[in-house]
Amino acid sequence: MASWKTITRRSFLVLGAAFAGGAAFGAYKIAEVPANPLVPGPDGMPLNPWVIINADGVTVIAPRAEMGQGISTTLAALVAEELDVDWDQVRVLHGPPAQAYYNAGFVERMSNEPDYKLSLAQNSHNVILAALPKIFSLQMTGGSTGAIGGFVQMRLAGAGAREALKAAAAKRLGVAPDTLKTEGGKVIGVETFTYAELAAEAVDLVPGDVTLRDPSTWRYVGKSMPRLDMVAKSTGTETFGIDIVLPGMKFATVRMNPHRGGAMTGFDPEAALAFPGVEQVIGLGSGVAVVANTTWAAMQAAALVDIEWGKADYPADTPAMMARIEAAFATAPDSRLRDDGDVEVELAKGGVIEAEYRIPFLAHASMEPLNATAWVKPDGTVEVWCGNQAPIMTRDAIAAALRVGAETVTLHTPVMGGGFGGRTDPVPAVLAARVAAAMPGTPIKLTYSREEDMTQDYYRPAAIARLSGRVENGKATALWGRTSAPSATRNALARLVGFAPPGPDRATVEGGFDQPYGLQNYRYDGHVADLTVPLGFWRSVGNSMNAFFLESFIDEMAHAAKADPLAFRLELMQGTHAPSATLLETVREMSGWDSLKRPGFGRGVAFCYSFGTPVAQVQEVQQTSDGIKLTRAWIACDPGLAMDPSIVEAQMTGAMVYGLSAAVQGAITFADQAVVEQNFPDFDPLRMHTTPRFEVRVLQNNGTFGHIGGVGEPGTPPAAPALANALFDLTGTRARELPLNRTFDFLV
Amino acid sequence: MSFTLSINGAPREVDLPADVPLLWVLRDGLGLTGTKFGCGVAACGACTVLIDGQAVRSCQVPLSDAVGKITTIEGLGQPGGLAPLQAAWVKHQVAQCGYCQSGQIMQAAALLAEVPEPTDQDIDDAMQGNLCRCGTYPRIRAAILDAAQMMKAG
Repeated sequence: MASWKTITRRSFLVLGAAFAGGAAFGAYKIAEVPANPLVPGPDGMPLNPWVIINADGVTVIAPRAEMGQGISTTLAALVAEELDVDWDQVRVLHGPPAQAYYNAGFVERMSNEPDYKLSLAQNSHNVILAALPKIFSLQMTGGSTGAIGGFVQMRLAGAGAREALKAAAAKRLGVAPDTLKTEGGKVIGVETFTYAELAAEAVDLVPGDVTLRDPSTWRYVGKSMPRLDMVAKSTGTETFGIDIVLPGMKFATVRMNPHRGGAMTGFDPEAALAFPGVEQVIGLGSGVAVVANTTWAAMQAAALVDIEWGKADYPADTPAMMARIEAAFATAPDSRLRDDGDVEVELAKGGVIEAEYRIPFLAHASMEPLNATAWVKPDGTVEVWCGNQAPIMTRDAIAAALRVGAETVTLHTPVMGGGFGGRTDPVPAVLAARVAAAMPGTPIKLTYSREEDMTQDYYRPAAIARLSGRVENGKATALWGRTSAPSATRNALARLVGFAPPGPDRATVEGGFDQPYGLQNYRYDGHVADLTVPLGFWRSVGNSMNAFFLESFIDEMAHAAKADPLAFRLELMQGTHAPSATLLETVREMSGWDSLKRPGFGRGVAFCYSFGTPVAQVQEVQQTSDGIKLTRAWIACDPGLAMDPSIVEAQMTGAMVYGLSAAVQGAITFADQAVVEQNFPDFDPLRMHTTPRFEVRVLQNNGTFGHIGGVGEPGTPPAAPALANALFDLTGTRARELPLNRTFDFLV
Repeated sequence: MSFTLSINGAPREVDLPADVPLLWVLRDGLGLTGTKFGCGVAACGACTVLIDGQAVRSCQVPLSDAVGKITTIEGLGQPGGLAPLQAAWVKHQVAQCGYCQSGQIMQAAALLAEVPEPTDQDIDDAMQGNLCRCGTYPRIRAAILDAAQMMKAG
């Protein structure tokens, strides 16, 4: 299998230039380029983390993990743009855990200002904020930040390598580098040299600074490129984490305490050990691992282990949990990130509209179940393969669990069969490493059963929202939203890094407080509920909650005002954020919103500005004799610069389907302190015949040139409210609870 | 127990208990990892392979029942020699995470073998057992329709 480690052993390295942008940060410690992880040792090789050239072509080391979002292709295109290589010469691999691969894009996610205001600013972040991802070695994939973080970094890497190769050729020819040109992986002068020929000499000739090309000359960036992983993924030859094969490997699974956070007070492995093929049952403190000669035998036997479980410290069931969330409304707000005008004075005028909405916990349910492969070698070193969104954190967690130094652990990040935020926690990697440590010398592939994957997930919070509003003369005059939920951010960060960040919890209210609605009186409060159910980051995070609340309620206000729901939104958006208003106009036109509605059909609109990208959607539903069918959907988005339109379209539609799946039938519930839903029959996504046909339009008006919004997540938040609004249009019934199949009968 | 299976046109010997599902025989016994584990209960289709041309969920077929000509994704085509369906998958840039696509392609192969020119309804009926969490269904549909045309044209 291809790996950065095997490649670097037999290759010349060429790199990219220093961070030209780094100097602008001002402080030396911050501007300093992190050490190159691809050339360990004291030989003083220049920095070189992103580009490897050898006889086989160019390998781009992508600092972000590929979980389907296409980021490896986009990051490689940014390098290729400057490096002058043909697309078929480019390959891409994920890099090792290293500070060099910090995610500069996270800066965009570290402010409590609404996104739409940030994108209007020429220079939105200050020096210290911009430096945080680097200082904290934030090598993390998430927050729809990959393309943003790589936009300058990867082009600099390509340009620096190109200039070094030119300098090497110039030296050979005795001419000035700027007399040479580059094309198709060659430096061309009176003689032509391939990059591979020059690579060894180029290593010492990396320039300190380079100028990036004018966007008008781009050949790859902004174009729909054939994805570099497409052939492998169409032939079964892609190596996902679950596909790692090692000599003498054994197969393991785990069965962990369903009362999450509880201990294991005792277990009897006898029946499991008697199962054919089983080799060991290993106690892990809060569960057991079974090691066998096939994964299937391990899973069968795991069910046979007789285990006594300790209790969790959260309430027994979903109703008790929802009561805990409801109780938090009586506590002081954790945040009030928006408070325009005076909602209390306006609402006191009477005629107030009020509504309460409820949404459930959700699982990630990636197609590839959680897994990791670990090997503790005779010399004590540890090698682990695990698809993950945070390699430095994962490596350090493995090292801590095995009580070894981080330098002892080599972590590979294979391609992931879906992530959606669910591969941030290092738990599978740590458990595999612990099992491997109990069987030194034997590689262990540990695979969760679907049931373990679903019941040991870190969930999207359940939440309750209460909204009040007032309309007058067909227009909105006030809106006060209050969301109560346990904090996914605090819950996850306390677990992952040992402390909960201070300050208001943005995720509890994002998608609610930060929308470009020019309401004169607009307040949004967050209440944080005390609930220790394990939580995590689920595609679009808090936006998936608040977009449903806000966009359902705005629809209710529009109907109370006897206004068209789309025109009602447009009126609030015009004058606040023009690119967002344009999106509403766009879906109006795409969907034929103003033409006469077809009998037996309903339509709903919703909008959400998240991760730097506003998205408007219209959903259409039809009453059929077999239930309600999702027929068509129209999506308009504006990420600013669309780096790869085909990938943007794929992410917009995929994210919408992900949101619709949850909206129609997704719920994780608890009974006796354990998750009830076990497998896809209990947590079923949309399928071929239940997914609507859709049409996408990608606009590029948002922000100043070079503004790049995220694309992996923003398609999710509008899906649920647009559908709920369409169902109201169809049936006259307003669903204030998700999933919607609790209120409506859908075609299945 | 020793069994001889016919996989992708070649006999393969495996020494595993008779009740081990074909999925795990392929993946853990033979290292044919193109066939994926998704749910273990025939609810997702990721493990779909062909036995004598019929699409089956290999997680539900015990080794002792794996009789007939088995075709896995590795046997349909290779990166250097794509089957028409795989070429259509590449042309339409179907895959996102790609984990379900082996199963999708094998299910589609069974469909086209039976119905060379499928309608949308045929595609709905044949493909609804195959989950895709990335939501690539529309591109899957387009690729199947395109592959049908390619195969018709020969």
